[in-house]
Amino acid sequence: MENLIALLVAAPLLGAAVLLCGGRRLDRGGHWIGTLLAVVSFAVGVLLFTDMLGKDPEHRAMHQALFSWIPVEGFQADVAFQLDQLSMTFVLLITGVGSLIHVYSIGYMEHDERRRRFFGYLNLFLAAMLLLVIADNYLLLYVGWEGVGLASYLLIGFWQHKPSAATAAKKAFLVNRVGDMGLSIAIMLMFTTFGTFAFGPVLESTSETSEGMLTAIGLMLLLAACGKSAQVPLQSWLGDAMEGPTPVSALIHAATMVTAGVYLITRSGAIFNGAPDAQLAVVIVGAVTLLFGAIVGCAKDDIKKALAGSTMSQIGYMILAAGLGPIGYAFAIMHLVTHGFFKAGLFLGAGSVMHGMNDEVDMRKYGGLRKYMPVTFVTFGLGYLAIIGFPGLSGFWSKDKIIEAAFAYDDGIRGWIFGGVALLGAGITAFYMTRVMIMTFFGEKRWQPDAEGNEPHPHESPRSMTIPMIVLAFGSVFAGGLFSLNESFVKWLEPVTQFEHPHPVISVPAITASTVVVLLLGAALAYVMYGRKEVPVTAPRGSLLTRAARRDLLQDDFNHVVLVRGGEHLTRSLVYVDHTMVDGAVNGTAAGFGGLSGRLRKVQNGFARSYAVSMFGGTAILIAATLLMRAV
Amino acid sequence: MSASAVHSLWTTAAPIDKIDAPTIEYAQLMPTLIVIGAAVVGILVEAFVGRKARYYAQMFVTVVALVSAFAAVIGLAAGGHASSEAQIVAMGAIAVDGPALFLQGTILLTGLVAVFTFAERRLDPEAHGNRVDSFAAQAASVPGSDSEKAAIKAGFTTTEVFPLALFAIGGMLVFPAANDLLTLFIALEVFSLPLYLLCALARRKRLMSQEAAVKYFLLGAFSSAFLLFGVALVYGYAGTVTYAGIADVVDGTVQNIDPALADTMGNDALLLVGGAMILMGLLFKVGAVPFHMWTPDVYQGAPTPVTGFMAAATKVAAFGALLRLLYVVLPGLRWDWRPVMWGVAIVTMLIGAIVAITQTDIKRLLAYSSIAHAGFLLAGVVAATPSGISSVLFYLGAYSFVTVGAFAVVTLVRDAGGEATHLSKWAGLGRRSPLVAAVFAVFLLAFAGIPLTSGFSGKFAVFKAAAEGGAGALVVIGVISSAIAAFFYIRVIVLMFFSEPKAEGPTVAVPSPLTMTAIGVGVAVTLVLGVAPQYFLDLAGQAGVFVR
Repeated sequence: MENLIALLVAAPLLGAAVLLCGGRRLDRGGHWIGTLLAVVSFAVGVLLFTDMLGKDPEHRAMHQALFSWIPVEGFQADVAFQLDQLSMTFVLLITGVGSLIHVYSIGYMEHDERRRRFFGYLNLFLAAMLLLVIADNYLLLYVGWEGVGLASYLLIGFWQHKPSAATAAKKAFLVNRVGDMGLSIAIMLMFTTFGTFAFGPVLESTSETSEGMLTAIGLMLLLAACGKSAQVPLQSWLGDAMEGPTPVSALIHAATMVTAGVYLITRSGAIFNGAPDAQLAVVIVGAVTLLFGAIVGCAKDDIKKALAGSTMSQIGYMILAAGLGPIGYAFAIMHLVTHGFFKAGLFLGAGSVMHGMNDEVDMRKYGGLRKYMPVTFVTFGLGYLAIIGFPGLSGFWSKDKIIEAAFAYDDGIRGWIFGGVALLGAGITAFYMTRVMIMTFFGEKRWQPDAEGNEPHPHESPRSMTIPMIVLAFGSVFAGGLFSLNESFVKWLEPVTQFEHPHPVISVPAITASTVVVLLLGAALAYVMYGRKEVPVTAPRGSLLTRAARRDLLQDDFNHVVLVRGGEHLTRSLVYVDHTMVDGAVNGTAAGFGGLSGRLRKVQNGFARSYAVSMFGGTAILIAATLLMRAV
Repeated sequence: MSASAVHSLWTTAAPIDKIDAPTIEYAQLMPTLIVIGAAVVGILVEAFVGRKARYYAQMFVTVVALVSAFAAVIGLAAGGHASSEAQIVAMGAIAVDGPALFLQGTILLTGLVAVFTFAERRLDPEAHGNRVDSFAAQAASVPGSDSEKAAIKAGFTTTEVFPLALFAIGGMLVFPAANDLLTLFIALEVFSLPLYLLCALARRKRLMSQEAAVKYFLLGAFSSAFLLFGVALVYGYAGTVTYAGIADVVDGTVQNIDPALADTMGNDALLLVGGAMILMGLLFKVGAVPFHMWTPDVYQGAPTPVTGFMAAATKVAAFGALLRLLYVVLPGLRWDWRPVMWGVAIVTMLIGAIVAITQTDIKRLLAYSSIAHAGFLLAGVVAATPSGISSVLFYLGAYSFVTVGAFAVVTLVRDAGGEATHLSKWAGLGRRSPLVAAVFAVFLLAFAGIPLTSGFSGKFAVFKAAAEGGAGALVVIGVISSAIAAFFYIRVIVLMFFSEPKAEGPTVAVPSPLTMTAIGVGVAVTLVLGVAPQYFLDLAGQAGVFVR
């Protein structure tokens, strides 16, 4: 059974190779190959899962060593896989949602002439993402980490004829490099500290390592997670990444890749457990991001960018939970999975809306769409209820637990602060999601013919698109409850992540009650603002905060002023130093030697007598020096 | 000086009953005997063979002699004479050991390749229908005189260069193997005198050639006098001229101390002054600063094939002798000679590299380059470790082939006045003759010590040995000098490839297979020792043990 693990990666990798190297003759049927191989990978995952369920919880982890990758004296890196409960969870999420999105893309990308390439990239992404979660050492994980970055870059810029898409891809790539640098530094620190990269030895020997080193490694891992998971301060790329085709946004930039940072932190739990300062940093990053994303999400009129803000915010929840240590890991992953369902569903719904609206993304030009696309409306609506944490649906179970755990950070003021932020975030979530819901599906229709006179004719999407949405809606409704039944999800992960019951500063029922109240308040506010009044087609000027939030809370302005300008000044001054001081020193030295040479060659006057004198003098010096050496 | 202070050997004339015939190990001396014998045969050829046939006869004798001598060296090495069977032969006069055989092999191969360039007869335009080489038609005729014109018209050539070269090679074979100071001196003279003559034999620019020869002779005689005086002083100190004997006295491990010796051996001034003078004689031959001043003038004036031969083979022989002197005779004085040699190495590297920057003549440029390389080699010598010996051996092998090849290329670039040695004439050579320019570029890169050439392997080996021997500062200065030197080597490459050719620039003559072989061997050795040096490094490592 263990020998099947490699097949998880091999199947989509084969698909990528075949589709990307196969050429035009695969244009007609290539998407079926890609989808089939994604499903094969899912089937293997399910097979391994059933096998794993049959085993004793403490002995469920499976290993497969493929070959020795870099066999050097004192430096050992293997291509080996480890499939434990944590990896298994990710495998099922990635292959499951991945397969659904492959199916969805068959319909969504039907008219794109580069569809074969698209499926090739999707398969490449699956392979890299699976490699990331089943690698048994950090170096191989890094390969997957870079692989998903590459696939993300290729897919964001898939419509490279659009300058905005090309720029967005470049931006995502560059911002991610900053995070990647953190991961590579963390790996180097691990190697110098532990002498190995393998999860087992590294994570078992953290107790013998100094807290300072663990903090350093932890902070570098956090930097990596910030890049990949779009957390403050490396969040700026995610909104622009919505330039990619919507299935990509659903799979990569909502359900799977952007959660890699949560995986990294949870996987490295032993390191963070030994470094409270690094954990605090993780919690702060999560708390800041969950508010940041939520506020941005409130102001966006582009449906995908509103959802992107929401994604950022929800991952902020997960990062916050992961920073809480053993009381939070399981809930971080649980929220990650439920979020995978409902956010993928929401994005697919958004894609379905765009499909019917001539690729219009401005929600101010939607309105009243529930009559035209009922399936989309219902599935999107269930996703909406799930994400705001409506009692009984998936999001409720996972988010409520995170809020509880946040209140349990400590007994003092920090518990109140982090708990309060998480609670406030829930209210804002309800507000912006209700806003999206109302602007899209309720009210009067607001669309008009475009400049060429083409009026959109909203219609329901084809079956290949609606079926994945329906499946995901089921997940959005039932997954959370199923996981919470008898604490089954927590118990499933416990052998890997450990678990402690949180002890919040206020009682659990009170937290749950206030969560519900807060979300009702948020939803009601949105209803008052957007449901009771006509939504203007052109956005009003808005308050200062609104305008800032529309500009992503000035993140790009900040980056431009501080990093771009600063970088330009730095390079200019370095060029100046290079021209004047470095070149000056080099040219000066050269000129000095040239002058010396010109003077010394005059000694060579061509007269044998002078040469003889030189020899005589030289001999005298030689003798004198020899005698002097003896005398000293 | 009291009577007892005079050495017993001088004063007590033992009754002479009979003279024992010295035992001579002819087999071990075979390489030298073959070469010297062939040189004598060459003289006879000059006397008895007709003018037309002399060239071919001399070529035949020379090549056969050098090849068979090399075969003899290989045979000796294969017979273990380089390692386990190493011994001192000819009544203590000659050592046959690893370094001696390695250097003799190198000298013979370099000599063979150089003789090919001596024999080149297609470069100079034909003189009245006769093919001529680089050497004067008749050395005895006054330049520009009627007799010279007559000799040129008659198609004379100086075929004596072949036996002269053989004599020089014979002396060079003995020089690094010499195991007593008198043999050292005689070997020095045996190889120096033919070189003085060869320098004077250029066909073109004869006055310059003769001037070079006279300078070389005068200064060479001057340095020989120093060396001989040094030998006398050391003998006065130790009472013997054999290396082992002197070393014993220096170390204080001598067995039989007669009263005279007991009196002198305490007088270290004799030893130190004498040792310094002998060192000076050897440093003159390797071209170390401040005994280098003959080098540029002589290299420029001598016929280019002779320059190449001299620059390569002399350096090999002289460094061999220097190594043996320092490692066998004077290891007990290590603390005295090492600092002095440090200083010599430093000024040699720096002055050679710096003065080369402003040279405008390619032959003078290469002369200063050879001075800088002498400095690098001295850095290896100073290491005073076994790896110092082997690294110097390797460097010499690598350097000699590059040198012969580079000077062979210089002979190809010609204009109406013979070889066009002024650098300005080399501008744009790469456009006209890309192959010749590329080959020369390979040699220049090797001189500069760029990786994948033998120059890098050699330089790395000597610097490593020097650093291990505790001469780190020397290595730093060596690397700085290499950087300075890289400037003028690369400048020539830039000149050849990135400058516009001049309208009336030189032409590149198409040589015979002889010069092509010399250049080809140079390139091949340069690249092989650069890409896969390990075998030869190992070989030099195995050879790097002196017999005592």
